[in-house]
Amino acid sequence: MHIAEGVLSAPVLISSAAITVSGCIPGLRKLDYNNMPRVAVFSSAFFVASLIHVPLGPTSVHLLLNGLTGVILGWASFPALLVALFLQAVLFQFGGITTLGVNTLNMALPAVIVFYLFSPLLKKKSKVLVFIGGFSAGFVAIFLSSLLVALSLFFTGKVFLNAARFIFLTHIPVMFIEGVITGFIVVFLRKVKPALLEGIVK
Amino acid sequence: MVRVEIKSKDSLLLRLDTRIGLIYVVLFSIIIAVSDKISVVAFGLLSSFFLFLFSRIRWFSLLHRLVFVNIFIAFLWLILPFSMPGELFFSIWKFNVTKEGFMYSLLITLKCNAIVITSITLLSSQGIFRLVHALSHLKISNKIIYLFFLLYRYVDVVWNEYLSIKRALQIRGFKFSTSLHSYKTYAYVLATLFVRSYNRAENVHKAMLCRGFNGKFWILNHFKLGYKDLIIGSGMFFNILFLTIVQWSKIIF
Repeated sequence: MHIAEGVLSAPVLISSAAITVSGCIPGLRKLDYNNMPRVAVFSSAFFVASLIHVPLGPTSVHLLLNGLTGVILGWASFPALLVALFLQAVLFQFGGITTLGVNTLNMALPAVIVFYLFSPLLKKKSKVLVFIGGFSAGFVAIFLSSLLVALSLFFTGKVFLNAARFIFLTHIPVMFIEGVITGFIVVFLRKVKPALLEGIVK
Repeated sequence: MVRVEIKSKDSLLLRLDTRIGLIYVVLFSIIIAVSDKISVVAFGLLSSFFLFLFSRIRWFSLLHRLVFVNIFIAFLWLILPFSMPGELFFSIWKFNVTKEGFMYSLLITLKCNAIVITSITLLSSQGIFRLVHALSHLKISNKIIYLFFLLYRYVDVVWNEYLSIKRALQIRGFKFSTSLHSYKTYAYVLATLFVRSYNRAENVHKAMLCRGFNGKFWILNHFKLGYKDLIIGSGMFFNILFLTIVQWSKIIF
């Protein structure tokens, strides 16, 4: 879901970079040198997850896990995803310098939104509720991310309407897969390491 | 290994002060990304190509990265030329390609490749340590730099953990398929990965604290701005100046 360099228009690039910078401010305020190693682990897990492909019928898709990052890191998702995307841009040329702002916004804003919507559910005792919370976090995060990607293309020019629509539609199966996997992950974490779900950045 | 290394022979450009390279890449990318003149973008591509030749990076390192980048661009080519209104250029079977659509797709392709070739040449070739160091000189928040550095450190750790869990699965005869069981197993693999990496990060952090870590980064090899750096840097400066003038003046190109 990275948008390549040179595609988007200047107003889209500039405004989303500005929102990303302002999103990073509360995130950085919550980060200190004690919780940073934990945040870095989630950044790298986000990075690694995007390298792992899961099968879907005849093809395969790669995970994004920004919903999971969101419910665990909250506002710290902005800096955490920013550095992961920067590393991807430098190592593999996925995304790039000028699109760093918009790509971070498209991943991190949904993460923060699902943090507010679903992280209370993850603290419930019932396993079913925890699964539902995780599923919704994964599903809604990808839903919003692909919507934002489609919108950033659409705001660049109406000519991208078809491309934007195509990107959104192809992500619908990804939403379900992310939902299911995030759901199982939070149930597992709840059992094995509940401290992680209590929020490691306070 | 997650890292994909850039292979190259030794060259002046690879020994360039990373700070200069970083500033150049940022300015160059911004100008090319916002430009709407095909002449500016074409010249930008040409200059990035010369930069690449000058850096003596192996062709293979460049090409296999460009292939990945251009997949997204190829996808746009399938849609854009047909959906932009304008003068008829030519038609394939029943679909009409407009001149505007064709030129716009071409502009995007050139832009993307110009920026990517430049950043491969000047950033990806530098190695992360030098890049982190250069960033720390450019007034980027110290926390971001520390986070980036730790991320880079942990990516390999997490990746190797993943490989060992995956091997354990394979030994037990597990095969991925499109089924709930598969997704569940997969989720547990990832969750185990998180827990293990988290514990490991905690241990590393405690060990760092024991050794007196207080958030400050110590750097061994400092950048020295030599006259060669200044010569290359001024060449880059004039290239940026030229592109800016052509882009924002009324010169007809």
